[in-house]
Amino acid sequence: MSKSQYIIEVNHVSKQFEDGKFALDDVSLQVKKGEFVTILGPSGCGKTTLLRCIAGFQVATSGDILLNGEDVTQTPPHKRPVNTVFQKYALFPHLNVFENVAFGLKLKKIDRDTIIKKVKQALKTVGMSDYEYRNVDSLSGGQQQRVAIARAIVNQPEVLLLDEPLAALDLKMRKDMQLELKEMHKKLGITFIYVTHDQEEALTLSDRVVVMNEGKIQQIGTPMDIYNEPVNCFVADFIGESNILSGTMIRDKRVRFCEKEFDCVDTGFGENQPVDVVIRPEDIYIWESSTNTKKAKGDDDLAAVAATQQSDYDPDDRVPKGNFTKWYGVVQSCIFKGVHYEMMVLTDNGYEFMVQDYHEFLPGAEVGMLVKPEDIQIMHKEHHIYNHFEGEVLKNNKVRFLDAEWEVTDEQLAGLSAGDNVEVLVPFRQIDLQDHEDEGVVSGEVHFILYKGNHYHLTIRTDEGYDLFANTSDVWDNGDRVGILIAPESIKLVKG
Amino acid sequence: MGSRRTWAWPYVLFLVLFVVLPLILILIYAFTNPQGHFTLQNFVQFFSTIGAINTFIYSLAIALITTIICLLLGYPAAYIMATAELKIPAVMAILFILPMWINFLLRTLATVELFNMFGIPLGEGALIYGMCYDFLPFMIYPIYNTLQKMDRSLIEAAHDLGANRREVFTKVILPLSAPGIYSGIIMVFMPTVSTFAIAELLTRNKITLFGSLIQRAFGEGGLQMWNYGAALSLIMLLIIGLTSFFGNNEDTESNRSIL
Repeated sequence: MSKSQYIIEVNHVSKQFEDGKFALDDVSLQVKKGEFVTILGPSGCGKTTLLRCIAGFQVATSGDILLNGEDVTQTPPHKRPVNTVFQKYALFPHLNVFENVAFGLKLKKIDRDTIIKKVKQALKTVGMSDYEYRNVDSLSGGQQQRVAIARAIVNQPEVLLLDEPLAALDLKMRKDMQLELKEMHKKLGITFIYVTHDQEEALTLSDRVVVMNEGKIQQIGTPMDIYNEPVNCFVADFIGESNILSGTMIRDKRVRFCEKEFDCVDTGFGENQPVDVVIRPEDIYIWESSTNTKKAKGDDDLAAVAATQQSDYDPDDRVPKGNFTKWYGVVQSCIFKGVHYEMMVLTDNGYEFMVQDYHEFLPGAEVGMLVKPEDIQIMHKEHHIYNHFEGEVLKNNKVRFLDAEWEVTDEQLAGLSAGDNVEVLVPFRQIDLQDHEDEGVVSGEVHFILYKGNHYHLTIRTDEGYDLFANTSDVWDNGDRVGILIAPESIKLVKG
Repeated sequence: MGSRRTWAWPYVLFLVLFVVLPLILILIYAFTNPQGHFTLQNFVQFFSTIGAINTFIYSLAIALITTIICLLLGYPAAYIMATAELKIPAVMAILFILPMWINFLLRTLATVELFNMFGIPLGEGALIYGMCYDFLPFMIYPIYNTLQKMDRSLIEAAHDLGANRREVFTKVILPLSAPGIYSGIIMVFMPTVSTFAIAELLTRNKITLFGSLIQRAFGEGGLQMWNYGAALSLIMLLIIGLTSFFGNNEDTESNRSIL
């Protein structure tokens, strides 16, 4: 058999549970030998299911999984050359540390001397040499985790699967273990597949990060790629802090957002296309400005403005000079985060920006901001400004969509008769969310929240399983129950 | 705090009256003769009567056989209930518990009638059958409990480390269910050693168990046999105490090195 260049290939794997929900939806992933790959995502995104399919604890509904070029989709876990480190360690309580680590070797009928040698070596690797005859229950969480790792690596698996192995440890311990895992990975040369919901952990440890959400892979890339070039709002929002704004791509390398035009480096989006813009808070340069510089705002001669400010308010020469678009605002809050300060700055046209800087800018301070063109990340908008639904015209000025009946205006019904199929368009802004779910025509749950600088972009999942998008200035929490109302005049109908 | 301590008093009183005092009385009676003088005659009588010793050994053997049969029947049942999907365990649990709603004497009488109806002779076989029938749930429940509480990821971990289904069972599931097995054994063995009513009904008094000996000493022997009966009771108490004591030790041992 020809050896594949990948140690693991996951091809179009889907996993559907009995209730019909897809835990994995057409997932494909290739992992090279010796790589450290992290599967990252919020809880319930399918990352653990993917790992369990690779380990063999769950069988994919469709698609196949190859290990070293060999199809293992149906192979039981004990015949796969992989070992798992479980989230809650899963150490055998009836065996001591030595017997736990030796468990796999004993099953392989290896002679006793070799077992002793290998177990000692593995325990040394994880720094647990003096604990061989300890009862596993007497160990701390961190120590148990080390034993669990030793128990897996002692079998010299081709792939080590780690299911949130550090989730139960405290922060300090977690940081130490992260470094040790990275060291171990280098030393052992085993392929690591690591599942976590902690984005920092993923960025620190991995050669490549796989970001998952709702059973789908959102993006695969190096930590740098994922951080600097997120492909969509979910990734941008999930990885690190970010300012996400709606904007318009005017032409190649020119984008408009926050009512200003900026140079950027992205091309190929077309002209006057709605896009999402991501700016990392640490990429924003900030300096103190004053009222007279604010007066200059709106001047076409931006270079002149820059010159006055920098000479006046940037004594350390921190802000890059050049023809950059600047914008201004007032600091709303300032929090010390250990290494840097995190400021929320409100512009006078109502956009909020998160800015991180080593300097403190107190609330009330008037500040100027700029961002370098290469730090502006442009993404295709996943959805524009309208919700699209399929509907059917009913009698008495009503239209049926989202499994409910809605009132519409005569004007919209002109030329339509009962029984017609229509496309229903509702602007995101016009979705009216009610605190009490029974006040709405349909009810649902806030499923995903994105802050867009001056408004929130919410994904609402109705109880019937439809997704709709709402733009609102009100603050909602993930999982909030809402009632949904739509004013008759904001429902547009297009004959389908 | 104080009020909580007062709550305990009725129970202390209960224990003294119905547990401690009877034990002391048994102890006194066992070491005295009907006239109230200290003697070891009661024990000498037991150990010098071949019939009594035989009955004792026979009772232990019957109890042992019953326990083993209950274990062999009960473990798989508990295992299926603990591992099967969804509604099966609930239904099984109810079915196993259902006979326990009815007094065991009634059930035993019903068993006798059934045996008569089908013309099966009563005797040793009927006795073991009846005892297994009565005590099986006491074996199933402790085992079911430990199996159900077992962390599923331990089984997955064993699979992951290369164990096939049989090895997962012998190396992980069985040793981890040892406490349940132990409780089950105690729960079945103890009452079967001292049983007498089931034996009387299912063997038409043809087989005498140790429990029946004690019952006869008190019930039929008149006042002067009470001392002998007390001695027999004490011997049985010691045997049961010893088995549970050894069982306890073995249990912790088995946690280390079983199989």
